[in-house]
This record gives sequence, structure tokens and C-alpha cells, in this order.
Amino acid sequence: MKPYDYTQVRSVRQAIRHAGEGTAYLAGGTTLVDLMKLDVMTPARVVDINRLPLRGITFDRDGLHVGALERMSDVAADRTVRRHYPMIAEALELSASAQLRNMASIGGNLLQRTRCGYFRDVATACNKREPGSGCSALTGVNRIHAILGTSDACVATHASDLAVALVALGTDVHVASARGTRTVPLDTFYTLPGTTPHVENVLRPGELITGISVPSSKWAAHSTYLKIRDRQSYEFALASAAVALELHRGTIKQARVAVGGVGTKPWRLTTVERALAGRPATAETFESAVGNAADGARPLAHNAFKPALLRRTLIRALTVLQERR
Amino acid sequence: MNPDDDEGHGRSGVSRRGFLGGSVAAAAAPLLVTAVDATPAEAAEGDGLVAVRARINGRTVTTRVDPRATLLDTLRERLELCGTKKGCDRGQCGACTVHVDGRRVLSCLTLAVTANGAEVTTIEGLADGDELHPMQQAFIDHDGLQCGFCTPGQIMSAVAMVHEGHAGSGEEIRERMSGNICRCSAYPFIVDAIRDAQKVMGR
Ligand SMILES: Cc1cc2nc3c(=O)[nH]c(=O)nc-3n(C[C@H](O)[C@H](O)[C@H](O)COP(=O)(O)OP(=O)(O)OC[C@H]3O[C@@H](n4cnc5c(N)ncnc54)[C@H](O)[C@@H]3O)c2cc1C
Ligand code: SF4
Ligand code: FES
Ligand code: FES
Repeated sequence: MKPYDYTQVRSVRQAIRHAGEGTAYLAGGTTLVDLMKLDVMTPARVVDINRLPLRGITFDRDGLHVGALERMSDVAADRTVRRHYPMIAEALELSASAQLRNMASIGGNLLQRTRCGYFRDVATACNKREPGSGCSALTGVNRIHAILGTSDACVATHASDLAVALVALGTDVHVASARGTRTVPLDTFYTLPGTTPHVENVLRPGELITGISVPSSKWAAHSTYLKIRDRQSYEFALASAAVALELHRGTIKQARVAVGGVGTKPWRLTTVERALAGRPATAETFESAVGNAADGARPLAHNAFKPALLRRTLIRALTVLQERR
Repeated sequence: MNPDDDEGHGRSGVSRRGFLGGSVAAAAAPLLVTAVDATPAEAAEGDGLVAVRARINGRTVTTRVDPRATLLDTLRERLELCGTKKGCDRGQCGACTVHVDGRRVLSCLTLAVTANGAEVTTIEGLADGDELHPMQQAFIDHDGLQCGFCTPGQIMSAVAMVHEGHAGSGEEIRERMSGNICRCSAYPFIVDAIRDAQKVMGR
């Protein structure tokens, strides 16, 4: 691990003052410490934010508010979350392991880095890690890689399960910096790789995530998260689906759909949402609505199975949800 | 102490410098036992090391660490607590599981500096004198191990899971224990051991 200065801060003001280019905030450390050991992340300064008061899980008329330092396990166990936003609890409980969920924060989860093996291996070329060096995955082993939102510079997936559920639900991210505070919709918070895959989101150097807000809605309480992977637990998604339905007498009034494991960012599917709205909640509707889900996909040598897997994952998630009623 | 510190510092009023001498204040149990939430690890001193004080298996321990050191390496290499195992060192196997403030975590991805003020329990701290913890006893009774390398992590994880209230069925145990890999694949007996220990622990 490269040397760094370690500072523990006690207030948001102090955190922001210490941060900037070359700084990394330390929350649970499950991404940062891992990648610092691999020399993939090499901050000159680590600012430990764990004692900041960015805590709390509250629910009001506007929706759910979660502090950036709340741990994945605590959010998953929260009764309000389980009752009003089941897909959030499910996405969290299907993530990582119990130990990691006890450590990892909500803010850190949204900023976790890709699991592309070349990104994690400094001996190989990777545009995300080292801009301009090339993409080893394009012609290498790319079974776990993305089919949507890819570019010739990078085909890595965004690995967070939580982010997929949050994008489906229209979540806002609150951030703070020396310039003040601002709120960004999570969907536009993430950027596509394009020619600059090392840029993954709109955060500016030193900007701190303080929390998230998930709007209240008629569909969030009737939602689920389905994750398909190579082993049953403790594994990242090959494909996943976050779906929420507002049903009225067997008819879908509104739907929210996002998918993971297939996109370079959490992938909202508004075309599928529109195709579901106003239709009866039946197997035929699900089948036809997901027909265009993988439109624009660019499969690679080892992941040509993903468009079909994506459609079937969506159908199963919708069916699970329909049967839960 | 960082001069910029503008909130909530120095609650205990105990000087950190007074405790920088030995690497392990082994016999210091009565000393400052309640002051676990004492001076925070704030920033490195001139030599780049950061002072850390934690309660480890019931004993107050003060040491100075490189800010890059993991809790795992600090336990094993500095504090001679080698019961906690290093499997992958990447968060992928669970062999390094310990309890920090009562929660099961991976010590290989925990920086030692962040354990300042914390209560840490390792496999060495589980037994009550000569009497094994019910989970340890159950692993022996059920042959819940072969080579034993994963076992400290399995046991620490299992104890926490029972306290979390999530050891209801075999299925639930398998899911909630998935963060502990066993290369020898002793899984069926591990599940049996946990089910058994849970009954004793619940009493
Ligand atoms: C073996 C393993 C398996 C995993 N499996 C899954 C899985 O199945 N699904 C899944 O979704 N995730 C999985 N993860 C990823 C895990 O969820 C993330 O590592 C974790 O959520 C990151 O949170 P953290 O608090 O530990 O972040 P840190 O490691 O502390 O931080 C991550 C990044 O975010 C920055 N940061 C942290 N907090 C803030 C903030 N408030 N403001 C600004 N920047 C901040 C840090 O500087 C760093 O760059 C897995 C991880 C491991 C090691
Ligand atoms: S897919 Fe992206 S992260 Fe992986 S090697 Fe290519 S550039 Fe790097
Ligand atoms: S050594 Fe920590 S998880 Fe493997
Ligand atoms: S007993 Fe050998 S790894 Fe589990």
C-alpha cells in the first residue's frame, strides 16, 4: 500500500476542508482498503468520516431519508424500509456478506468501484484505472461485463445492487462541498464511460455524499429485487432486476423497472415501464413488455447470454411480484 | 490533536501521549477501562504512526500503528493474537471475522486506526476461562471442521448471527453464513453445530 496521511474528522465542515484532489474519504473501507492494498486506489490523504453525524433512517411525507454513513445491514433491517421499500431491503440483503454489510455504508456503496478483474490488476491495461492505457476486457475475459452503455474504452459494469433499486425508485443524492450543498438524481449522478471511463459520476473532487432521499410513491411498497448469479450467495450479479408495480384490480397503473449486472451504470428501463403501464398484470403482458429490454445491447465474446438472461430475469421478477399480491 | 478540530474532541481529558510506551498494555485492565471512548486517533505524529487504544478481549490495549495497517495484521503481528486467520486478505473468505463493538466484521478490510475506542473480540476472547463458548463446544461435538483454518472466523460469525436473531432455519443459517468460506466443505456439520449451539445460547 502506498503511504497516505490519515485524518479523522468530526464535522462535515472539517471533512470538506480536508478534502480535495488526491483525497479519499474512508467510510466502511470495504472498497477503499481493498483497492489501496492492490495499489488500484492511491490517495495521498485518507479522511476518516466515520464519526460524522451522517446517520439516521427517517420516513416522512416526502419519503425515506438515509444518512450516508448508515450501514447496509442496519438499513436492510429497518422496519420502515422493509415495509415501505421492500426492494431496498432485498437488494441490500442479497449483497456481499453479513460481515461486509455490517461495515459498508450507503454512501460508500453507491461509490464502489467495478469488479472488472483487469481494473483490479495493476499489471494489465485498463482505461478506468489508467486513462489511455487501453481496455484489457474488450478482447479478454468479459463474461461478467456489461452489454448496455458500453464504449470502446470500457465495458465494466457498475456492481452495486442497492443503486439499481434506488435508481428504479427515483432516488436523490445529497452532496456537500466548500461551494455549498446540492441534490442530484441518482440516475444522472452516474455517467457513461464514453472516452473517459475513469470518470464514473458527477461528484467533484472533495465533494461529500451526506445522504439520500427516496420519494414516497404508490409503487415502492409493492416492489422486489431479483438477483441472478454464479453462486447462490456472496456473489455479484450476472443480471438483476428491481421492479415495482402499482396495481389496481389486476391492471398495472404504473411500473418502475431498473436492471443491474448488465449496464455500465444502474440501468433504468423506461421503455419497459411504459410497455407495462395500463396493461393487465399477466404473463403475456410481462413477456411482450420485456421484448425490447435489451435494445441497443452490445454483447461481447463471453457474455452473449446476457440479453436473454436479462429478459428472463425481468419476467421472473415481475411474476414474483404479481404472485405476492 | 488536530488544531482544526472544532467539535467534540478530548472528551476523556486523558492525554494520549501517556500511553504510547509499550505496544501492548496487557495488564492495564483496571486502568481506564471505562474510558474506551477516549482521545480519538486524530492524525499521525511526527513519525507517521497513529496512537490507538482499544479494548481487546476485555483488556485495554494501547499501541501505535501505521495508518495503513489492517486490524487483522495488527492483531496477528503486533498483539500476538494469531487465532484470527488471514485467508484471502480481500474480504472474500471470512477467515478474519472478529467482533467490533459487538458486530461481526472483516478485520482484513478494517484499518487498525479505525478501531480506536472500540471493543474488539477475537476467538481468543470467546471462552470463559477454561470453559468453551457453546459455539466452540458445538463445533467440536459436531465435527464442524476438518483442517480448522476457517474455524475461528466461522465461530465468530456464527456467534454474532445467533445474536442478530437470524439463525432460524438451516436455510437462513446457510444464507447468513455465506460470508465464511470453508475449503474443506464442512458446511453440513457447521450448520448442525450452529443449530445446536443456538439452543444453548438461547437459554
Ligand atoms: C467480497 C465482496 C463482495 C461484495 N459483494 C457485493 C454485492 O454482492 N453487491 C454489492 O452491491 N456490493 C458488494 N460489495 C461491495 C460493497 O457493497 C462495497 O464495497 C461497500 O458498499 C462500500 O461501502 P464502504 O462504506 O465500505 O465504502 P468505502 O470503501 O469506505 O468507500 C468507497 C468509496 O467511496 C468513497 N466514499 C465513501 N463514503 C463517501 C461519502 N459519504 N462521500 C463521498 N465519498 C465517499 C470513498 O472515498 C471510496 O472511494 C462487495 C464487496 C466485497 C469486498
Ligand atoms: S472494462 Fe473498463 S475497468 Fe475493465 S479493463 Fe476495460 S477499461 Fe478497465
Ligand atoms: S482474510 Fe478477510 S475475508 Fe478473507
Ligand atoms: S475446516 Fe478447512 S477450511 Fe474449513
